[in-house]
Amino acid sequence: MRYCLKRLMAVVPVLLGLTVIVFSMLAFLPGDPATAILGPYATPDNVERLNRQLGLDKPPAQQYLIWLGNILQGDFGRSYSLNRPVLDEVLERFSATLVLAGAALLLCTLWGILIGVRCAVAQYGWSDRLLTLAAVAGISVPSFWLGLLAILAFSVHLRWLPASGMFAVYGGGGAADLVRHLILPALTLSVVATGVIARLTRSAMLEVLRQDFVCAARARGIGERRVIYRHAFKAALVTIIPVIGVQAGFVLGGAVYVETVFQWPGVGRMLVQAISTRDIQLVQGGVVVVAASYVLFNLLADLAQHALDPKIKT
Amino acid sequence: MSGARFAASFAALGALLLRHRLAGLGALVLLVVAALAAAAPLLPLPNPDLTDLANRLQRPGAPGHPLGTDHLGRDLLARLVWGTRLSLAVGVFASLIAALAGSCIGIAAGFFGGRTDNLLMRGIDMLMAFPYILLALAIVAALGPGLLNALYAVAIVNIPFFARSVRGATAAIAHREFVDAARLAGMRNWRIIGGEILPNVAPVITIAMSTTIGWMILETAGLSFLGLGSQPPQADLGSMLGEGRNLLINAPHVSVVPGAMIFVVVVSINLLGDGVRDWLDPRLRAGQLSRPAAVTRIERADAGAAHRPDGALLQVRGLRTRFVSAGARTQYAVNGVDLTVDAGQCLGLIGESGSGKSVTALSLLGLAPSPPAVIGGGRVYLAGEDLLAADFERLRAIRGRRVAYIFQNPMAALHPLMTVGAQLTEAIRCHRRMPRQAALDEALGLLRQVRMPGAAARARQYPHELSGGMRQRVGIALALANAPELVIADEPTTALDVTVQAQILQLLAQLRRERNLALIFVTHDFAVLSQLCDRVAVMYAGRIVESGPTHDILARPAHPYTAGLIRCAPRLGGGRRPAAIPGLPPAADRLPRGCAFAPRCARRREACEAGKVASTRLSAARRVRCLYPLEAA
Amino acid sequence: MTAAIEARNLSKTFGGERRWFGRARPPVCAVREVSFRVAAGETLGIVGESGCGKTTLARMLAGLLPPSGGRISVDGKEPRAGAGPWGGLVQYVFQDPLGALNPRKTIRQIMHAPLRHLLGMDAPAREARVAELFDAVNLHLAFLDRYPHEFSGGQAQRIGIARALAANPRIVVLDEPVSALDVSVQAQVLNLLADLRRAYHLTYLLISHDLAVVEAVSDRVAVLYCGAIVELADAAEVFARARHPYTRLLADSAPVPGRPPAAAAPGELPDAPTRGCAFAARCSRADAACRQRAPEPVYTRKENYVRCFRPLETPR
Repeated sequence: MRYCLKRLMAVVPVLLGLTVIVFSMLAFLPGDPATAILGPYATPDNVERLNRQLGLDKPPAQQYLIWLGNILQGDFGRSYSLNRPVLDEVLERFSATLVLAGAALLLCTLWGILIGVRCAVAQYGWSDRLLTLAAVAGISVPSFWLGLLAILAFSVHLRWLPASGMFAVYGGGGAADLVRHLILPALTLSVVATGVIARLTRSAMLEVLRQDFVCAARARGIGERRVIYRHAFKAALVTIIPVIGVQAGFVLGGAVYVETVFQWPGVGRMLVQAISTRDIQLVQGGVVVVAASYVLFNLLADLAQHALDPKIKT
Repeated sequence: MSGARFAASFAALGALLLRHRLAGLGALVLLVVAALAAAAPLLPLPNPDLTDLANRLQRPGAPGHPLGTDHLGRDLLARLVWGTRLSLAVGVFASLIAALAGSCIGIAAGFFGGRTDNLLMRGIDMLMAFPYILLALAIVAALGPGLLNALYAVAIVNIPFFARSVRGATAAIAHREFVDAARLAGMRNWRIIGGEILPNVAPVITIAMSTTIGWMILETAGLSFLGLGSQPPQADLGSMLGEGRNLLINAPHVSVVPGAMIFVVVVSINLLGDGVRDWLDPRLRAGQLSRPAAVTRIERADAGAAHRPDGALLQVRGLRTRFVSAGARTQYAVNGVDLTVDAGQCLGLIGESGSGKSVTALSLLGLAPSPPAVIGGGRVYLAGEDLLAADFERLRAIRGRRVAYIFQNPMAALHPLMTVGAQLTEAIRCHRRMPRQAALDEALGLLRQVRMPGAAARARQYPHELSGGMRQRVGIALALANAPELVIADEPTTALDVTVQAQILQLLAQLRRERNLALIFVTHDFAVLSQLCDRVAVMYAGRIVESGPTHDILARPAHPYTAGLIRCAPRLGGGRRPAAIPGLPPAADRLPRGCAFAPRCARRREACEAGKVASTRLSAARRVRCLYPLEAA
Repeated sequence: MTAAIEARNLSKTFGGERRWFGRARPPVCAVREVSFRVAAGETLGIVGESGCGKTTLARMLAGLLPPSGGRISVDGKEPRAGAGPWGGLVQYVFQDPLGALNPRKTIRQIMHAPLRHLLGMDAPAREARVAELFDAVNLHLAFLDRYPHEFSGGQAQRIGIARALAANPRIVVLDEPVSALDVSVQAQVLNLLADLRRAYHLTYLLISHDLAVVEAVSDRVAVLYCGAIVELADAAEVFARARHPYTRLLADSAPVPGRPPAAAAPGELPDAPTRGCAFAARCSRADAACRQRAPEPVYTRKENYVRCFRPLETPR
């Protein structure tokens, strides 16, 4: 319990630092946002007026504090290009990303661990060799290319699954429709992380299986299944869980590509569009929301690890 | 040599070759691709940026365009080669930048520690708070789209990975003794970083680079794919893919081919990287990451020859165990050991490290880790039953039930994430079916028997919460859980302090009396052994060189090695300088033909080195393996 | 006559400094008020169980760790505080002989380092000196071009000793020099150390957990418990005629061939030192006073003392 509180407290400076980075990165960028909004033919007068309107004439520290204060009140500003509040747009898009990334994270955790344990148990057997090779291929494949291949195969040629969007345009909606649209992008997104988790699980299991307590458990006459799946796996999980936390970041980030390929209406695609149109407030809002949620997810991963490993007492 | 042995060693060799062959394949592909990319200006390729709208979207195999053309009629093969050149260059530079910056941060944080460490690593934590690609996006958003900006973004995003792994490695090395030695040799910080730390951290940096360079190529390609990296007309593989995406249905080759190229490049880099890691990681090199099997591999060369077991509780005849690993000489650890333990008797097995005493103890129940251990011969009779011939289920029923182990390091032998009580009840219930509560009651009883203070509270604790002595008490309780007939204790007090050692020895002596327990006590210390054991067997180079009653051997050793071993350890109140045995024990992979002790022996004669020395009977209870034993009995 | 090395009220506290976030960690007293004088050519043994502060003390004496309080003087001079290790005066032999050699350097590079950085010798002079040192520790000169992993523990420890002697130190701190070695090799190294002491007129501080080793090699012995010296006495009688109950317990616990296991006293080293005498909780002689105040040294002979309110009577 004390650990939870402590860990929660440690999140605050990280979140603050995160906002500083986001703000300073985007507030000092070379281009002038007002010029970007008003286009190349704007008069200097108009530019200055808009700058004042946006508060860009104040010193940076003050700008930051104002911005932070607004954020804390849920005001992320307005998107120039979409002409709607940033927060509304981001939350709408982010929920779509969460569905995609959540499904992918679930898939990669499940498959990654299953494959990794299988490989470790059958070390140097044929299934191990094939699966480790598949894992190398998995971590090496560009997901944007894999997505295109998947569309070619399953949507264009086989016509099994839809190629784009989250719901069918006509008569769409409902969970079944969502799942049909989700399958290809979620699988595509999970491939890399599956490879990473599988490789890590394999080596973590092998590492643990060499340790003395495994030999000691065998010496006590404990059955092999229990030794591997209870004793060894439990100890290996301690190293696997933080990596799942890191993979959540990869999946959230990798969603950018997959969303672009599958035209998934998520926050990643939104960010890419916002960067192209130099919609700074939208970029800031999107990055802050996604990064903050990632920090919170990692907090959960830490707490899970703490629940598992009584030795962590900091 | 049996067929199974052949098959197994071939499988191990195959696995080794397979990994290295894959790495070799990766290196080869990478070399070809890199050579092509480097030679791009010299190759007879058309201008990759030359548009030719008349010939747009040619299929692969079209005349003059082996891979076809894109939507502007540009030659795809030329664009592929030039794009690969660009992607490779960007990936390599990004990883060099990340490696340099990350290693500097990591070394500074790890070496100086304290405030520096805190400040630097908090900064790194901030960077890591962003989901991987999102940070790159944000950086590109700030710097503006462009290939160079994408390169910076990807490099910055990867700095934390380098910083963290290098910091970890540096901090581990900075506290090593050789760094202290360098300080004492008058070396200053910068010289220590350059001369002592960096060479030892270099493998870690190389490993991190081999892991990340593939990612970096993927990420820069990804940014280009999104239109945020290379800008037209300049094209890397990612932007080719991005441009071809809209033509997916009509002209899939325009996007599939560059994507395949990225895949091929990254796979070959990763395969090569795995090979590099295997090569650089000393544990992997030593084959230590192999999973030990549940039972030691048994390949008895003397399968036909049977001994007649007598009435002894445990009888070991001609036990041989060796360690076989690919690419190394076979280590002959146990070379024909005979032991006999009667019910209720305590046998001390004494020897130096490498004498094979622990391997002997572990081999009895097939617990020597395989690979690399192989039991190459002999019999282990428990009450007349040959354990080396028993199937796994039979062996499992004996392990912990009739024969139990106590290990040297109780911290390592206990599961770190299970409470003491859970481990005890598990040990009980895996041999005797009973309700959880009954098992827990028994477990508490056991803890009391090993004089664990506050047994009920201790049962709820984890091993790391106990002191060293209490942990070993738990280890003893675990061994006694199913009232075994024989306990094998492998240096159970070596890791303990002297006052705690006395407590544990006293406990063992007491329990042995109360339960009429037979005990094999493995140790390197005659003084400890003499407190507990009725009989002693002295091991040297995998053989028993002398055995007999403890007090008899202590008073009148017959083997020169036994005599040396007794004399060379200083004794409290002895008031004399210890007499050293000259030389070193022989290496287990190059055992001499004759007596293994002969090179160190003052009584050596020609016959000692000529051939195998047999064990001879000195008296009813004593045997010695020496041609010229000291005056005894 | 000035002592070769003298420690006065030497203390070391870990932790306690404020962290950036959160509360300060409670300070842990690793070494408390340690005082002793060692005459030139003498060997002082320092004995104690794991966690008693032996290694912390040793590292402070070699200048590898700055003390939190107290003073060290070598040959009557006080090495400048914060000046780092005073390698020219005090050298160190490490417990893990292989860990003390950089795995990526040849033995020649390792041996030349102190000669070059501390004594500023040129290459030919260094070669000659290394040859002389290797001869003194019975090592073959062919070893110079090899890497540490090619050596056994005993050989590596000889290299470590040769390196320590290279700087021409007055004092050598031996931190468990033989505990990582095999029994049959231990004696070789102990005998070598004794020979070198005579040949080079060295002063030794021998740190060990092994009572028998300490007794056999030292002139005087300091017994450490919870970071404090509880007894300092001549080696010949420290265990035979123990005055502090803890020394007695140690001596009784040490296994001796032919002696049955001692009736062991309960308890182990406490995690955090309590008020009063740290040993009081385990001591059968402790009374209320022992639990109230920490005992001060009671001098038995000129330099020897015992920190106990109720020392054992020495049988005459």
